Amino acid sequence: MSVSRDIPSARRDPDALLRQVEAEERSARHGQLKIFLGYASGVGKSFKLFDEGRRRSERGEDVVVAATQPRSTPEVSHLIRSLEIIPTIDVSGIPIVDVRGVLARRPRVCLVDGLAYDNPPGSRHPKRCDDVEDILAAGISVITSINLEYIAEQQEFIRTVLGTAPTDTVPQAFIDRADEVVVVDAPTEAADGIETDRLSQLRQRALLLTADVVERQLEAYLRLNGIQLSWGTQERILVCMTPRANAARMLASGRRNADRFHGELFAIYVMQENLTDEDRMALERNVMLARAQDAQVETLSGKDPIRTILEYARSHGITQVFVGHNLRAGWRARLGGTPLDRLVRDAEGIDVRVFPQ
Amino acid sequence: MIDEPPPRGRLKVFLGYAAGVGKTYQMLSEAHALKDQGVDVVIGYFEAHGRAETIALSEGLETIPRRQADYRGSRFEEMDTDAILRRRPQVVVVDEFPHTNVPGSARLKRWEDVHLVLDAGIDVLTTMNVQHLESLNDQIWQSTGVRVRETIPDWVLKQADEVVMVDLTPQALLNRLARGVVYPQERARAALDNFFKESTLVALRELAMRQAAHAVENRLPEDEQAPAPRTVEPASRDRLLLVIGPNPSSAALIRRGRRVADYLRAECLAVYVSPTLDSSELSAEQRENLDRHLNFARGLQIETRILQGPKIAETVVNFARLHGVTQIFITRERPSALRAWFAAALVQRIVTLAREMQVTVVADRSMRRDAG
Repeated sequence: MSVSRDIPSARRDPDALLRQVEAEERSARHGQLKIFLGYASGVGKSFKLFDEGRRRSERGEDVVVAATQPRSTPEVSHLIRSLEIIPTIDVSGIPIVDVRGVLARRPRVCLVDGLAYDNPPGSRHPKRCDDVEDILAAGISVITSINLEYIAEQQEFIRTVLGTAPTDTVPQAFIDRADEVVVVDAPTEAADGIETDRLSQLRQRALLLTADVVERQLEAYLRLNGIQLSWGTQERILVCMTPRANAARMLASGRRNADRFHGELFAIYVMQENLTDEDRMALERNVMLARAQDAQVETLSGKDPIRTILEYARSHGITQVFVGHNLRAGWRARLGGTPLDRLVRDAEGIDVRVFPQ
Repeated sequence: MIDEPPPRGRLKVFLGYAAGVGKTYQMLSEAHALKDQGVDVVIGYFEAHGRAETIALSEGLETIPRRQADYRGSRFEEMDTDAILRRRPQVVVVDEFPHTNVPGSARLKRWEDVHLVLDAGIDVLTTMNVQHLESLNDQIWQSTGVRVRETIPDWVLKQADEVVMVDLTPQALLNRLARGVVYPQERARAALDNFFKESTLVALRELAMRQAAHAVENRLPEDEQAPAPRTVEPASRDRLLLVIGPNPSSAALIRRGRRVADYLRAECLAVYVSPTLDSSELSAEQRENLDRHLNFARGLQIETRILQGPKIAETVVNFARLHGVTQIFITRERPSALRAWFAAALVQRIVTLAREMQVTVVADRSMRRDAG
C-alpha cells in the first residue's frame, strides 16, 4: 500500500497524531478492548489470553479474571491459578460475569474468556458482550476471546459449512469496535471434532475476517490523517462501463477476479453527451448487470473521462482498472494519443486490463 | 534390493509480518510439545536475536552445531545441512527460511537446504515474514520504501504442508519494541523509522493474513472453496502470457503475473521476442538483463521462450493464439518520450490484433511515488 498526501506540512506525522488522538479518547472514556479470534475450539485462544494476562501481571499491571471456560487444559488451568479471580455468578446453571464485583474491584485489566454468552432472563444485560461494555465504560480494559461461529453475521456461512449454528452470538460491530483483534491460527488438525476440509473453510474465513477488520482500521487511520490510499493490500477492481463496451463480460470477469483475490468490485460510468436512446438503454442494462454482480456502482460526471476514472480509482484504492477495447471509439482522441494511451500512461501504480469487444 | 526413498518430510511454515511477532517463539513451543510426545526433534538453526524468552525456550532441545564458513576474511555461521542429514531426526527446527547463504556454500538459499532435508524424509518447522515472498516484493517496496533482498519464490511457500499465521497486533509489537524486547534500544529506534511505522505494520499484517488465508484455500478441494462461484465465466483455466525484455520493469511484470496466475489458478508463460536470429539487437548489458529476467521467471516456475519475429506484436499474438493464451501481460515503459510512444504503439498493436484476448498493462510498481 503506497500512500500519497495532499495535506499541509504541519500535519505530516500521522503516526504521532493518531497516537495522540487515540490516547486522548481512551483516557477520557474507555478501557481498551482486545479480542482473540479463533476459528474453532482447541486452537489455543484461552492459552493466549491468560498468557497475556500473566505477562501483564508480571509487568506490574493489575489484572483479574472475570470468566473462564467450563473446561480447560492443564496448561491453561495452571495460568489461571496464578491470577486473581472474581468468580462468575451462577444463575440456573449459567455463569454470569460479576460486573458489580469487577467495578468494585477496579482492576486495570479484566480477562473474560468466552465473549459469546447469552445471560439468563433477569440479568443485568441479555448478553455478556453488554456486560463487557459496562466494564469498558468504567475505564477498565478487557481482553476476551471468541470463535468465528459465534459472530452473528457469520451464521449463514457457518450453517452451510457445519449444518448448524449456535444461537448465542455477538454482532460483528462489536468486533469492529475493538482496539485490537488478534487471530489465533493453528493448523486444522489441532482442533478436533470436525473434519479437516470444513475446518479449513472456517480457518480461511477467520483469517479473512480479521484481515477485513485490520483493513477497516487502516482506512480509518488513513482518513483521519488525510492520507490517500494508492495501492491497496486488498485487490480492488474497477470496471469502466460505456454504452457499447461488452460490460457483461467485463463485470463477470471482474467478479470472478475479485472473488479469487477476496477483493472488492466497483463499476462506474462517466456521463457523456449526445447519447442515443439505444445507448441509454444499453447503459441501464449495464448498471443492472453491475448491481447483479454485487459491484459498487456509481455514475460520475467530468469533462475529461480518463481523468475522472483515474481520480475515482486513486481515491478508492483501486489496483486494477478494466476497460473495453472500444474506449477509442467512444471518446475522441485528445492531446497525447488515444484515450487508452492516456489511461495506460497515467494509471501509475494501477494495472489496466483491456477487454476485447 | 534397492531401498525405496523415504516419503518426503512435511514442511510447516510459521508466517509473520515483522521481526518480534513471535514466530520463533511459537515454533520452539511446538518443538517442545513434539519432544514431550516422544518425537525426535532437534534445532538445525535458530536465531535468538538476544531475546531472553526465546533463548530460554531453546534450552532442553538438542542443537546441531552451526557450520563455520570463511568469506573475505570474515567468519560466518550457517546451518550445517550435512550434519542434520547425518543425525537424521524426525523433525528439525530451521529459523529464517528466506536466508541467503554466505557465498561459497553448497546452496545459494536456505530454502534449498530445507528441500534437501525434506527429501531425506525429515519434517521441517520454519519461519518467515510475508514481505519475503517474491511476488510481493514491489508492493512492499512501494509501501515501505524497503527493498527486501532475501526473497522466497511463491511456489516454495505453496509447497508447504502447513502455513500458520503468527499474529500480534502492531500496538503490542510497538510496545515490545519500545521495551527493548525485540531489538536493543538503539537498533529499535532505527527500526521504528522504516519497517516499524504503525501504518506499515498494519498493512503488512493484513497482507500476511490474506496470504495465510490463501494458503488454506489452496489446500481445499475446488468445490469447497469459498466463496462459491457467482459467475458463469470460463470453467476453463486462464493462461497468462508475460511479454518480457531487458528493461527493469520486466521483473515487476514477472512478479505481478506470477501472483495473478496463482490467485486465478492459471498457467503462466513468459516470452521475449527478438527481431533477429541471434539477439544482436541487444547490447551486452541488455542481453545480461534479459537472461536475468528469463532465469528469474524460470525460478518462479514460469515456462520461458525466446521467439523470433520481425514484428513484436504479431509474433506475440500468434504465439498466444497457438498456445490458448487468455490474457497477455505487458509492461508500461518508463516515460522517455520515444519509448513511451513505442510502448503505447505496442499496446495498441497487441490490443488490436488479440481481439479475443484480454491485455493487461501492468503498473510500474518499481517506481515509488510520494509514499508515507
